[in-house]
Amino acid sequence: MHMTRYVVRQLASFIPVLFVIITLTFFLVRLAPGGPFSSEKALSAEALAQINAHYNLDAPLWRQYVDYLAGLARGDLGPSMKQPSRSVSEWIAYKFPASLELGLYGLLFALCVGLPAGILAAWRPNTWTDQLPMALAMAGICIPNFVLGPLLVYVFSLRLQWLPVAQWDGFAHKILPAVTLGAVYAAYIARLSRAALLDVLSQDFIRTARAKGLSEPRVVLRHALRGGLQPVVSFLGPAAAGIITGSFVVENIFRVPGLGTEFVKAAMNRDYTMILGTVLFFAVLIMLFNLAVDVVQAWLDPRLRHG
Amino acid sequence: MMTRIHAERIALVLCAVAAAAIGGGCGGDDAAFETGNMLRFGNGAEPQDLDPHVVTGVTEHRVLSALFEGLAGADPATLEPTPGVAESWDVSEDGLEYTFHLREDAKWSNGDPVLAQDFLYAWERILTPEMASEYAYMLFCMAGARAFYEGEITDFADVGAAAPDDRTVVVRLEHPTPYFLQMQVHQSWFPVHKATIEKFGGRTERGTRWTRAGNLVGNGLFMLERWEPNKRIVAVRNPHYWDREAVHLDGVIFYPYDESQTEERLFRVGELHVTSTVTPNKFDVYQRENPEILQNADYLGTYYYRLNTTRPPFDDVRVRKAFALALDRDDLVRNVVRMGRKPASHFTPPDTAGYTCQHTVGYDVAEARRLLAEAGYPDGQGFPEVTLLYNTSESHKEIAETAQAMWSQALGVDVRLRNQEWKVYLESMTQLDYDIVRSAWVGDFVDPITFLECFTTDNGNNRTGWSSAAYDALIAEAVRTADRDARFAALQEAEAILLDELPIIPVYFYTNAWLQAPEVEGLDHNLLGYISFKRIRLAHAAEG
Repeated sequence: MHMTRYVVRQLASFIPVLFVIITLTFFLVRLAPGGPFSSEKALSAEALAQINAHYNLDAPLWRQYVDYLAGLARGDLGPSMKQPSRSVSEWIAYKFPASLELGLYGLLFALCVGLPAGILAAWRPNTWTDQLPMALAMAGICIPNFVLGPLLVYVFSLRLQWLPVAQWDGFAHKILPAVTLGAVYAAYIARLSRAALLDVLSQDFIRTARAKGLSEPRVVLRHALRGGLQPVVSFLGPAAAGIITGSFVVENIFRVPGLGTEFVKAAMNRDYTMILGTVLFFAVLIMLFNLAVDVVQAWLDPRLRHG
Repeated sequence: MMTRIHAERIALVLCAVAAAAIGGGCGGDDAAFETGNMLRFGNGAEPQDLDPHVVTGVTEHRVLSALFEGLAGADPATLEPTPGVAESWDVSEDGLEYTFHLREDAKWSNGDPVLAQDFLYAWERILTPEMASEYAYMLFCMAGARAFYEGEITDFADVGAAAPDDRTVVVRLEHPTPYFLQMQVHQSWFPVHKATIEKFGGRTERGTRWTRAGNLVGNGLFMLERWEPNKRIVAVRNPHYWDREAVHLDGVIFYPYDESQTEERLFRVGELHVTSTVTPNKFDVYQRENPEILQNADYLGTYYYRLNTTRPPFDDVRVRKAFALALDRDDLVRNVVRMGRKPASHFTPPDTAGYTCQHTVGYDVAEARRLLAEAGYPDGQGFPEVTLLYNTSESHKEIAETAQAMWSQALGVDVRLRNQEWKVYLESMTQLDYDIVRSAWVGDFVDPITFLECFTTDNGNNRTGWSSAAYDALIAEAVRTADRDARFAALQEAEAILLDELPIIPVYFYTNAWLQAPEVEGLDHNLLGYISFKRIRLAHAAEG
């Protein structure tokens, strides 16, 4: 089938892209000054030599690169140099579910708040039901999450004592991080869906529907929404990738044991294998998301299937 | 008709996202566990591992000192040695041989007896080159340990450690080591359980599963119940611990929060009994409003500036001295550093094992100006532009800005500020690619030697290019000397040279500040920040 061929072709095109990403990352991280074992308390030359030998860091760089690729071919991402209790694959397997869960909750929040706000705004443009949600959306885009997070904690955890301050245990622990993460996406979705709805509402078939005497909510919800949702779906692909891979700040504020924190920490620590492993993992993830969006859009709109 | 179908499909996609989110949320939440008489302890960061021979930090040390015990313990208030796995010990006349008598009832958490061979196994393991242990040097006071580590001798029998029988450990030292017993609370000296390590991997393999909850066998007052990285480590009573009657707590939960503001919020809502630290701003607030919650203990650390003595202008001792004398440490510490910290007019913190440096570097602008003029820069004229480097951090920046202003005002010199990310900064410092650089040193054990040996010529921690044969000779003499007074005299003389030649400018002595709930009792302060969980009790909790 046409679609299957497309997917297979796309998947095959991932391989050279990933190869370039790995190669660039491998050599770029080595250009950064310092190494995993430089520290305030200097290691003796002997100790440094031994630990470098242990992690194959004493071999010529090209050799390390070849060895890394060979390991990769076997599915081995290597040990973490700075968190040696687990291998890189184990760390990703342990940390990613929390990032994924946080991301999905964030996305859910973004949809649940963003869509109704956009619909409400488009319903009576340029009245207060339009201006208020759009002002809030603008605020949502402007307030960075490192401000929003502590603010929410102050109000809902410290003042009202409704929700936990941090940690990642039950459902209650997930609300504030998800809201903090999803707020900016909710704002974008609200603005996107408003614009799309207004566009649809100005079209002839809506005028016909109104002329037939249908109630306004019925016009908006039953007829206009169909067209109005399409840009939101297109937005979901990059949004989902961004929301799941870009939650470092939120993970840090709420102590979510996610992969975003691990990624940043690895870069700071020059934990070479961990940096490579997470970069690779995120790269695959983002490519898969984009492919999924392509597939879903083609499924939604037959015109794209033959484009 | 087409549009209707597609609207349904769009709805389906959105629902799928929602379902995935909800489904993800149902994924295994943690089973509840007992928290009644458990100390909820903010531990600052996630441990790298729980293998005593792999880890290096204070974070790991705190967890490990709950899970393992060395030959001797330390009184948490005075750091005087207390019995540990060894119930007693004898020291030879010359102070070079220690004979430890192990107690009969010392047991591993699986019930096995702790034997003399367990210590030898552990020490051989940490010193084996392939183990690549970063803290192996802690054992170098043991005869032959360094040679074994560096591969000059390969038979561990030639190292100064022996087990004449199951309950006796004899250690021969390379040189007199007054802090030898105190070092036994450091993880590098802890025993490890051979059968457990070798069940999960090779003897010197890093990162095997032996340190996981359920696998780890220790000999401390607690044992590892669960380890959920970046969430918590739960340690509960070890039923086989020899002194279990003396333990008040049912366990400790270590929380790895490196974000001190989050930690403080958790403390405020009662989720933590003890935080790992407190930010300067919160320090002021607590000091004003809840002084009984705020703890602040002297800590064995010095904040200082290194000067690059290998290039102008700081290759001239008069310039170095001028910079040191023009810094008003009292003012700087009182108004900028705060946190109850103490201005440093010498390098080794005061009263380190009874040693306080008699020589000081003071604040004397007139003398500073005179020296700078003598060096050829009257009123700072013609003084080259120099840069003060620090690792990126708000507090280092504030201190650097103040120092910059003080130097500018007193000496008429222009100092630029530059910040670098941690690893870049370390690299610049090591490569001597700086003029002035922010530095800190925290002692591994309470003895002035841990500070002063940094500035011997070949020491990797020197990082100033400074070298003094007289200084090196005095440090070598102190290392050889057993007599305390003679040893301290040599160290006094050495530190006087350091403060005369000033490859460094001491700024302040650290303190350790944290928040502690009123119900926590028996958490004593000491210079190492060492915590004895045995002494701690929670006032409200019923004794188990």
